[in-house]
Amino acid sequence: MEILVCVKRVPDTAENEFELNSEGNDLDRDDLVYSVNEWDNYAVEEAIQIVDNVGGSVTVVTVGDDESEEVLRREMAMGANNGILLSDDAFEGSDGKGIATILKAEVEKGKYDLILTGAQADEGAGQVGGMLAAMLDLPYASLVNKIEVDGDSTIKVGREIEGGNQEMNEIDLPCVLSIQTGINEPRYVGIRGIRKVAQVEIPVKSASDLGIDASNVGEAGAKTKRVDYFVPDLGEGAEMLEGSTDEIIAQLIERIKSKGGLA
Amino acid sequence: MAKIYAYVTHADGVADDVAMEYIEAAKKIDSSASVTAVVTGSGADLDKVAQSITSLYSEVIKVDNEALAYPNAEVVRKALCNILDASAIVLAPHNTFGMDLCPGLSIKLDSAFAADAVDFEGVDGTSLKLVRQELGGAVSTHVTCDISAGAVITIRPGAFAPTEGGSAGGTVVDKSGDAGDLTSKRRFLEVVEAEVGDVDITKSDVLVSIGRGIEEEDNIEIAQELAEAMGAVVSCSRPIVDAKWLEKSRQVGTSGQTVKPKVYMAMGISGSFQHMGGIKGNPYIVAVNKNPKAPIFQVADVGIVEDILEFMPALTEAIKEM
Ligand SMILES: Cc1cc2nc3c(=O)[nH]c(=O)nc-3n(C[C@H](O)[C@H](O)[C@H](O)COP(=O)(O)OP(=O)(O)OC[C@H]3O[C@@H](n4cnc5c(N)ncnc54)[C@H](O)[C@@H]3O)c2cc1C
Ligand SMILES: Nc1ncnc2c1ncn2[C@@H]1O[C@H](COP(=O)(O)O)[C@@H](O)[C@H]1O
Repeated sequence: MEILVCVKRVPDTAENEFELNSEGNDLDRDDLVYSVNEWDNYAVEEAIQIVDNVGGSVTVVTVGDDESEEVLRREMAMGANNGILLSDDAFEGSDGKGIATILKAEVEKGKYDLILTGAQADEGAGQVGGMLAAMLDLPYASLVNKIEVDGDSTIKVGREIEGGNQEMNEIDLPCVLSIQTGINEPRYVGIRGIRKVAQVEIPVKSASDLGIDASNVGEAGAKTKRVDYFVPDLGEGAEMLEGSTDEIIAQLIERIKSKGGLA
Repeated sequence: MAKIYAYVTHADGVADDVAMEYIEAAKKIDSSASVTAVVTGSGADLDKVAQSITSLYSEVIKVDNEALAYPNAEVVRKALCNILDASAIVLAPHNTFGMDLCPGLSIKLDSAFAADAVDFEGVDGTSLKLVRQELGGAVSTHVTCDISAGAVITIRPGAFAPTEGGSAGGTVVDKSGDAGDLTSKRRFLEVVEAEVGDVDITKSDVLVSIGRGIEEEDNIEIAQELAEAMGAVVSCSRPIVDAKWLEKSRQVGTSGQTVKPKVYMAMGISGSFQHMGGIKGNPYIVAVNKNPKAPIFQVADVGIVEDILEFMPALTEAIKEM
């Protein structure tokens, strides 16, 4: 099975306190810690496990800048066979459709049986996988938490739906799936693993390499555009308890008691 | 102004709550817009749903087909592409169904797409302004969406005030004949129900709920001790279940359990909407988080900026001494 996994470099929500820049039109990105989108790790792990079982290869691809190469290397250290970086100034400011347009061009250069994305990334949109599938006229299933490879022309996939229930589907190959967390346990990648792939050549492709009309992507092609960022004031909702830990605990216990949470 | 269509999801003959929330959302897009509901499905259940929302919508389009009995997104998309005009603004819920349907629908309709809108700030020319969140709710953004060739927009369930009752006195228009070819490359097989776990967190008045801030599996004991002292039960956010540290039945959220405790202690939980979506009945929410900017402080009743690994044992001791 030839598998392509789309991955993205994103600010790590667990590691950062987000601040705006002085103009208020972007995050203050100077000290941000980046990592690979959480969902994409599950997608890559799933791809590796499928290839371990039935053979084939895993390619990871990202649309990004030079620094995005590090996430490709990380996923290759996990066990992906190849990495491809799609990078061009013309790609900057792409909306979801722009990203899907760029990825589509790369998909069409290869021959993949299965294309995986994460269920969502930093913007919380969950859009690229479904768009890519529709552009390629391939079937799609989102929020996949189970894949059973039981045939050459179809596979069975479970989708996570509300309440933790699972919707089972049969889907024709090739197809595009967006992967939900929890489908597997992504393997740990150590420094040694990263070092092993440090020298591997990662091809970089531009808009012209991909045959993409620059007016369809990037800022120029975007119908949906972010205008600004804003952060609500601290504790706009909650009453913030302050003081020493003992004082806070005393106040808290009183409140919990009054709400019937402690006898 | 383009016409607004609201895709109403439903189960067992009852429209989902989002049917009531679209009215407010549409008003915020354009107060003069007319909103048409669209329901797809099959048989008596569909008729019941269509009829029930005529109080909210002046026009309800129904598409009845055996192939639509289960809402398989690929099949629904095919039907919608044949029924909607391409310049339409289509609203759907940002949930597991809307996420499945809408990105692809926007491509097939060749219209703009925006996901998970939490507010709208009207239309200026052909530019619709909306509010959404990024980075798990840590920051909000204003987004403009060029609606000149239509748009597909998912709205966050619960973000728009529901319209109760209603007296639209609408009519049901049957467009089943226009659905077209509904064969699909993805076929629905069955729904497998979530497993029942060792404890029922939905029965507890007090929940000590842990998130990724618990850091390590061994630290769960700290939360268990606090729960014991409080006569509470330990629940959790999704990453704890993904890591297999606790059973799925302990997960609170849209893809887990819906709980209605009196007091909800969110320990090291950032407050994503999928997590908060599982907390109903307006409990007293206590949030302890070491990040003063954690989004949970926007929705909690009381907030404490501390390290839970130190705060929980101290709280446990203080309660034991009471
Ligand atoms: C379709 C879909 C369905 C989903 N369903 C659910 C669901 O049902 N339930 C659910 O919970 N999530 C769900 N999620 C995931 C959700 O989007 C979030 O990723 C998740 O809720 C984050 O969990 P968290 O708050 O524990 O982790 P994080 O967002 O990583 O937050 C951890 C928090 O702990 C704080 N922290 C870290 N260390 C400490 C410490 N020592 N002391 C104090 N604070 C500390 C950090 O500041 C941070 O705020 C779903 C996602 C999708 C896409
Ligand atoms: N710039 C990108 N490069 C490669 N894949 C991406 C990119 N942006 C999004 N994706 C893929 O699409 C998924 C969903 O992201 P999104 O639609 O942005 O929420 C991610 O998990 C990735 O698999």
